[in-house]
Amino acid sequence: MKFGVIIFPGSNCDYDAYMAIKTVIKEDVEFLWHQDSSLHKCDCVILPGGFSYGDYLRTGAIAQFSSIMKKVTEFAKDGGLVVGICNGFQILLEVGLLPGAMLKNTSLRFVCKFVHIKVENENTPFTNLSKKGQALKIPVAHSDGNYFILKEGLKKLKENDQIVFRYCDEVGNVTPGANPNGSLENIAGICNQTKNVLGMMPHPERASETILGSDDGKYIFQSIVNFFGNRR
Amino acid sequence: MNQQNQNHLAVVYVKLKDGVLDPQGSTIKSALENMGYQGIKQIRSGKIFEITFQSGEKRKPADLIDEICRKLLTNPVIEKYNFEIVK
Repeated sequence: MKFGVIIFPGSNCDYDAYMAIKTVIKEDVEFLWHQDSSLHKCDCVILPGGFSYGDYLRTGAIAQFSSIMKKVTEFAKDGGLVVGICNGFQILLEVGLLPGAMLKNTSLRFVCKFVHIKVENENTPFTNLSKKGQALKIPVAHSDGNYFILKEGLKKLKENDQIVFRYCDEVGNVTPGANPNGSLENIAGICNQTKNVLGMMPHPERASETILGSDDGKYIFQSIVNFFGNRR
Repeated sequence: MNQQNQNHLAVVYVKLKDGVLDPQGSTIKSALENMGYQGIKQIRSGKIFEITFQSGEKRKPADLIDEICRKLLTNPVIEKYNFEIVK
């Protein structure tokens, strides 16, 4: 299976994602440039973290108009696997592949630390090797991770099982104290209705080897490979 | 100078929708309270854009600015806008 990691001007987790896939997951991976008009036959596209276009205007607002995003949108609509991590998640919200929006963290601070996230839906291409209720230890690093959606939208997310991860404590309790940014109902990651597009604020690529403090991020990449193998 | 080459100036105001949490506004409010200002009930922060532009032959300036607001300047999930064409 082949992964593609998009580089936008200001992406800074592109190499982390690339290395996690290449050296830990040991799958084929290549970089995609924001001006590319092809996804180079990648089977899964990663939008990495960073500060695309300096976070100007709103996080992810400018990157949504990159020429590669047209291809990503078509790919996602055809069922292609797309993962947005942190700034990548913000871009997926702005381009409309995922519902909702990001607000500034309630603390107004950049939050950079290990958190735990509870797997709320294990029946997705991104979580099929984890267990429902499992707490994954994965770090966050962001200023705008305070997920917001209107009531009607939240209802739909719940009805369709689109909430994939919630911030929780070490043993999986979803509490206000475990919420690092004020996110609505502790939401840390969601998928689209057809479950082929994932957006998450925590960085699985930064938690893919024990030397980094946790290798729980591997669950996400390995689940993708597992899903792809079964589909093929 | 003919009509279509005339420079217009639009001022766009972007605000968070009512009910959307505004951490910046609340922090500014607490700062003012700490400074001794009393009676401040609420602060909502926002953005202003001043756009100098020429509208094409066929486009009304207001239509063009409205489109720009919808497509890029605002995120309709959390923000609302209004604008005036001042020139």
